[in-house]
Amino acid sequence: MESVIEVNEAAVRDRTRDAFQGLARAELPALYSLARRLVRDGAEDLVQEALLQAFRAFGTLKEEAAAGRWLKTILVNVFRDQLRKRSRSVDERPVGDLSDFSLYRTLVDEDPFPYSDTLHADFLQAFDSEDLREVLIRLPDIYRIPLVLRYIDGFATKEVARLMEAPLGTILARLHRGRRLFEREMWTYAQESGLLTKEDGHD
Amino acid sequence: MTETRAIPCSEAVRQLWDYLDHAITPENQEKVEKHLSFCRKCCGELEFAKEMRAFLATSSAEEIPSDVKERLERFVEGL
Repeated sequence: MESVIEVNEAAVRDRTRDAFQGLARAELPALYSLARRLVRDGAEDLVQEALLQAFRAFGTLKEEAAAGRWLKTILVNVFRDQLRKRSRSVDERPVGDLSDFSLYRTLVDEDPFPYSDTLHADFLQAFDSEDLREVLIRLPDIYRIPLVLRYIDGFATKEVARLMEAPLGTILARLHRGRRLFEREMWTYAQESGLLTKEDGHD
Repeated sequence: MTETRAIPCSEAVRQLWDYLDHAITPENQEKVEKHLSFCRKCCGELEFAKEMRAFLATSSAEEIPSDVKERLERFVEGL
């Protein structure tokens, strides 16, 4: 026969499970979106693994209002650990000389939307979320991850450094190089995918 | 008082995002601002950097397909 203590513990476990499930369900779209921008394949598996680890660590969540950021942090930790298991070496594919590339200047020089008064804004608006993902996925992990975390998901640079377990200076350097590479890939992708041939940059 | 040394466009552009992030030293911040005060081209670069940051920060979330959403919800229910 169950003791009163056992019955109470079971009730607390049920309440905890219900609370976690409610938070997790609400954050599924944001978690999936982050996972899709971090990995080419396996976003769903990454979310599942993150949810599993988050459930085990639910007791460490201090404020439910911070659940979204807490879950994303766990997802990034899982992803970082998976990267380490897959490869001992950092993906340092050569990305060519980026020092002279400026997307701003390239757009002025090439003028892809000659009838536009808002050339640069039109160029950005030509990219929908799928186009953005395609550009991001082309970048080596070491540049893509800091960019996604810093500029799309809004983590502070120091938080990115902590999440990636890298010195702040290293992350700053990767953000700098990553931004240049990202802009170059935006231009290349726009040319390859026909984004520049749509009338005035819009559908 | 020491006068702020002028920097070329390449140096100003290199520092624009860090300038917007307030991630450069006050001395470099002053150099970038001084450069921007007379260089129209780099002001254009600065405006574009702001537009790019806003574009990334407000980029809509990836749509979660209904079958994936259902599977993940079932996974959560099973925890």
